[in-house]
Amino acid sequence: MRKVMTGHKAVAEAMRQIEPDVVAVYPITPQSEIAEYYAEYVHDGIVHTELVPVESEHSALSACVGAAAAGARVMTATSSQGLALLVEVLYIAAGMRLPIVMALANRALSAPINIHCDHSDAYLARDAGAFQIFCESAQEAYDYTLIAQRIAEHAKVRLPGIVNLDGFALTHTSQVVEPLEDAVAKKFVGPFQPLYPLLDVDNPVTWGPFAMPDYYFELKRAQEAAMEEVPGVFLEVQKEYARLSGRPYAGFLEEYRLADADRALVVLGSTAGTAKVAVDALRERGEKVGLLKVWLFRPFPYAAVAQALGHLKYVAVLDRAISFGAMGALYSDVAAALYRHKDRPVLTNYIYGLGGRDITAEQLESVLLELSKVRPDEALRYIGLRE
Amino acid sequence: MPSIKTLAKREEKEIRFTPGHTLCAGCAEPMVVRTVLNAIEDPVVVASPTGCLEVASSRFPGTAWNVPWIHVAFENAGAVISGVEAAYKALRKTGAIPRRIRFVVFAGDGGTYDIGLQALSGALERGHDFLYVCLNNEAYMNTGVQRSSATPACAAATTAPVGDAIPGKPQDRKDLTEIVAAHHVPYVAQAAVSHLIDLGNKVERAMKFDGPKFVNVLTTCPLGWRTPRDSALVQSKLAVETRYWPLYEVIEGKYKVNYKPKERVPVEEWLKTQGRFRHLFRDPRGKERIAEFQAAVDRHWEWLLRKEACLSGEEGGQA
Repeated sequence: MRKVMTGHKAVAEAMRQIEPDVVAVYPITPQSEIAEYYAEYVHDGIVHTELVPVESEHSALSACVGAAAAGARVMTATSSQGLALLVEVLYIAAGMRLPIVMALANRALSAPINIHCDHSDAYLARDAGAFQIFCESAQEAYDYTLIAQRIAEHAKVRLPGIVNLDGFALTHTSQVVEPLEDAVAKKFVGPFQPLYPLLDVDNPVTWGPFAMPDYYFELKRAQEAAMEEVPGVFLEVQKEYARLSGRPYAGFLEEYRLADADRALVVLGSTAGTAKVAVDALRERGEKVGLLKVWLFRPFPYAAVAQALGHLKYVAVLDRAISFGAMGALYSDVAAALYRHKDRPVLTNYIYGLGGRDITAEQLESVLLELSKVRPDEALRYIGLRE
Repeated sequence: MPSIKTLAKREEKEIRFTPGHTLCAGCAEPMVVRTVLNAIEDPVVVASPTGCLEVASSRFPGTAWNVPWIHVAFENAGAVISGVEAAYKALRKTGAIPRRIRFVVFAGDGGTYDIGLQALSGALERGHDFLYVCLNNEAYMNTGVQRSSATPACAAATTAPVGDAIPGKPQDRKDLTEIVAAHHVPYVAQAAVSHLIDLGNKVERAMKFDGPKFVNVLTTCPLGWRTPRDSALVQSKLAVETRYWPLYEVIEGKYKVNYKPKERVPVEEWLKTQGRFRHLFRDPRGKERIAEFQAAVDRHWEWLLRKEACLSGEEGGQA
C-alpha cells in the first residue's frame, strides 16, 4: 500500500519490520526521528526489541557490538558528529565481523557546526570496513534498509553496513513510499543466525582478542575477503528484493539515459533526482547527456563503473564533501575505475552542496553543458559557491 | 558466605580464568578475577576494556578465558556490557536463552575512572543488570605507568614524574566509589586484594541484587608501585590498615565500613615502602607533603565514618 512518509519514517518502518533484538541509539539532528519512532514502537509494545537509550553515539555502537556478539540482531542510526564519535567502534564492528546495520542521515561535519546535508560523514567512514549504500529517495531508504540487513547477515559477509540517506532532503521530506506487507518483509529478512554468541555459555568464546604482528595481517586480509563477497551477495539479495517488490533494482549502479550519451554526471544520494530533471531537460534540447547514480559506494564497483562510463567523452563526478588536499573521494574511485579503460572519458571533479547548500537542476545542466569546454586537469571545481 | 574451601571447590569444578595468561609476576589482578568469578555460581559473560588484563589474557590465537569474554575498546566497557545484557533480556523474552546468566566487567582504573567513566555512568543510570569490578592499580600500568585520576597525590608516574619544579602528581585521586554511589545503584563497595574473603563475600552479596553493582578493588601493582614482586598482598594490607583504602559497602544507600583498624597506622608506613613515593623521603619538602597526605586520609576516613553513622541503616544510626 502506498503511503506518504518521510525518509526517517521509511527507515523506522523497515526497522520495525526487521524487529532487531536490540536497538541502541543516541539522538542527533537530523537522525533523531529514527530514534524517536523506534522508541514509540518499543514503548507501545509492538516490537520485542530492547531499546538501549545510550549516553553517546560511541556507546550506541559499543552496545550494538556487545549485543551482536552476544547473539542478537541489532541496529542503530546516526549522523555527522555522531558518526565521527563512533567511527572508532565501526572499525571494531567490522573487524569483529558483526552484522550491524546503521542508517546514516548524512550531515556536514564541524567546524563550523552545521546540521544540513553533505557526505563528509559517510566519507569519514569510508575505510572503516562497513559496506555503504546511498539512497536517492525515501523509497530507496526503506528498500535498502531491508536489503542491507540481508547482506550484513549473509554467512559469507557478516559485516556492518551503512544505509546513507541525505539529511533533510530525504530524512525530513514527505514522499510516497510503498512498503512491503509486514509478513512479506519479515519473511524476506528471515530469522537471525548468530555465530559464536557470547550467550552460549557452554561454548565459551573469546571476542575481540589482541593480535600481534604474527597474526594481525592475516586477520585483516580475511576481513577484506568478507568485503569481497559483498558485491555478489548484494546482487543476489537485490534481485530477490526486486522480484518481491516489483522495484526496478538491478546492479550496483543506476544508469539513467546513459547508453547513447556522450556526457554524464556521477552522483551519490538524493542529488540523483535533481540530476534526472537536468538530464531530461537537456535531452529535450537534443543534448546527449546521462547520469550514473551509485548505490553501492563500498565496496566500490570498479568494473561496473568502468563499463557504464567507458563509452562517454566527458564525465563530471560530483562530490558532496571535500577530501582536503585531494580530489573528491567519489572522483578518485571513478578515476581509478576508468584507469584501465582504453578510451576513457575526460574526467572532472565538482564539489557541491556542502553544509546543505542547494543544488538545482539548472546548475547541473550548466555543468553538463560546460563539460566539453573545461580543461582536463586535477582541479576542484565548485557548484553554487560564492568566490 | 563462601569459605575459601567453597571458592576453591567452585574453581575445581570450573576454572573460569585459566593459567597461561601473561600478567606480570606478582600481579594482583588474577587473584581478584578468580575470586570474583568463583563467588558467582551462575554462568557468566565477562567484558573487559583495553588494559593489562585484556592484553595479558587474550593474545590471539590463545586465550586465558574459559567463560565467554569480550573486549571492544578502552572507553566503552560499560556500554558493551549494556549491549550484552540487553541482548540477553531480549532473547530471554523470545525464549532463546533458558538459563540465568550474569554479566561482569573487569576494568582497570584508566578504563573506569578516566576514559570509561561516561560509558559506566550511562550503564549505571540505565540500570543494566551487571557487576562492574574496577581493578584499581592506580595508574595506566599497561602503557607504562602514566598517571590516571586514580593515582594518589605525590605518586611518581611517567606523565607525572618527580621533577625539580613538580614532584610527582600534584592532584589528589578521584573518589570514584562515591561517584558510583551517587548513581543510587543497589550495591557499591570498596575491596582490596589482600582481603579476598571480604571480596568474595561482597561479590556474593552484590549478586543478590538486580541492576548495576560496582566493586572498586585496590589491585596492587608491584611494577608500577615500584615494590618487590612478592609485595602485592602486603602493600594492599597496609593500604587498608593505614585507612588509605577503607573497605566499605553502600547497600541500597546504607553505608557499612567493613573493617575498622584498631590502631591508627600512619600512612607514612605505606608510603615509605613504595618506589613511587621514594622522593617524599629524600626531598626536604617531603615531610610537609606526607603530612598533607595523612590529613587527606584522615579527612576521608572521618567523613566515611560520619556517613556510616548517618546512613548505616542500623538501629540508632541517625544524623
